Amino acid sequence: MRRGVLKALPAVLLAAVALGAWELYVDLGGVDPALLPPPHAVAAALWDNADLLWHNFTITAEEVMLGLGLALIGGFALGVAIHFSPLLRRAAYPHAVGSQAVPIAVIAAPLVFWWGFGIFPKLFVIALICFFPVVVTTVDGLAAVDPDQLKLLRTLDASRWQAFRFAELPAALPAALSGARIALAVGVIGAFIAETSTATTGPYAGLGHEIMADLNSLQAPREYAATAVLFLFAIACFYTLTVAERRLAPWTTRPGGDSR
Amino acid sequence: MSGVSRTYAQERATGQTRTRRGTGTTGNPERAVRALADVSLHADRGEVLAVVGPSGCGKTTLLELICGLQSPDAGTVRSEPAALMPQRDLLLPWLSAVDNAALALRIAKRPRAQARERASALFAELGLAGFEEAHPHKLSGGMRQRVAFVRTLLSGKPVLCLDEPFGALDAITRAEMQGWLARALAREPRTVVLVTHDVEEAVLLADRVAVLCARPGRVVAELEIALPRPRARTDPAVVALRERALIALGLGGDS
Repeated sequence: MRRGVLKALPAVLLAAVALGAWELYVDLGGVDPALLPPPHAVAAALWDNADLLWHNFTITAEEVMLGLGLALIGGFALGVAIHFSPLLRRAAYPHAVGSQAVPIAVIAAPLVFWWGFGIFPKLFVIALICFFPVVVTTVDGLAAVDPDQLKLLRTLDASRWQAFRFAELPAALPAALSGARIALAVGVIGAFIAETSTATTGPYAGLGHEIMADLNSLQAPREYAATAVLFLFAIACFYTLTVAERRLAPWTTRPGGDSR
Repeated sequence: MSGVSRTYAQERATGQTRTRRGTGTTGNPERAVRALADVSLHADRGEVLAVVGPSGCGKTTLLELICGLQSPDAGTVRSEPAALMPQRDLLLPWLSAVDNAALALRIAKRPRAQARERASALFAELGLAGFEEAHPHKLSGGMRQRVAFVRTLLSGKPVLCLDEPFGALDAITRAEMQGWLARALAREPRTVVLVTHDVEEAVLLADRVAVLCARPGRVVAELEIALPRPRARTDPAVVALRERALIALGLGGDS
């Protein structure tokens, strides 16, 4: 535990330095506080609006988790399917790339038309934004398996499925998990895009909505407070997955004190 | 020569290894390298046949032909099912030592517990007890080779093809491993094709030694090693046979 705190220290110090510089810059009149509120005002807004921010955070967090889950399952499945089928690779890969260029605003209207104002259009948008890195890393990871290992499995009479299960899948897992971490990092901003591009019935449904509402009502400190929550959420997600990776693919992280 | 009860793994093969980028089944003739030419070898059931030669004499190609990983461009290869122990141990880093050793049994759809039990039994015999759950990167080079050997043994195939099994080990570990392999084969006899570039290793372990020359590989000498086991490196008969093999390789007279 103490080691964990020590590891976080450089990041905390860097944040302190950046926040201090920001505070000084605003206090010395470098910018109108209505445009860029000073950190102490943001901190006060964070404290004063804790209930509201927490409520909106839970909405956004749910969207990120579910949307990301869809992206991971869908992206991994597509990656595996592309690995097994050269035809599918030629058919689907270019479109997967192209899908990343589609502005969400363009497809928001039909999504809402099909699925209404609920969570589903948002999940689709988040999944669309997140799935691509998972596909690419899965496909590359599966292809990067040691060909000699496959040859060895062939001498042991392994079927195609067994070669996948014993060699290709575990070999691809670290890469796929890296893809998942990238997906996670973009998933949080994906949730913002999803919330602001698809209409919602509730007044403050999600941090993205709140940020846009505060922007329009000149509530700059609260807008920044909500952004800070997104910032911290992305970090928390990222490191949660890093810990999960150590459990799922322990052979990739070799402890420093290795006895060999 | 070939009896019903005999393994008759005759090689009369003009093998060609192709570069990986060769397309289709015929390959690109310009990129093809002729690895073996008119190699004719056989091993009786239960016999240890050593194949020695300089690098580039097509030893690995020979083993891949026997294991059915390649097919010859000319000639025939006849062998009972053969398992390959590759030069690199190729243990799977995500499996524990015992799971690596039991891989062939798992592929044969044996229940995991039963497969691990059979591998564990051999671990004790081969001085690997206590390392069952260690992952490969925690094992020494010699231990990794032993795990790879158990994996090959448990494939249940009557022929074992060992591709320079101790080539990557230091001299002391290699000597230990050689003694250990001799004992393991005494306990569990198999037909073995042992590829090595170490003439002494061949004479110590084999019943017969085939000496190959390089590019393309051809058999230049075959030596019967009719010596009792265990054999000592310093035994004058071993030294004499080693000398004959070196002379066949064109390296004699230097000791």
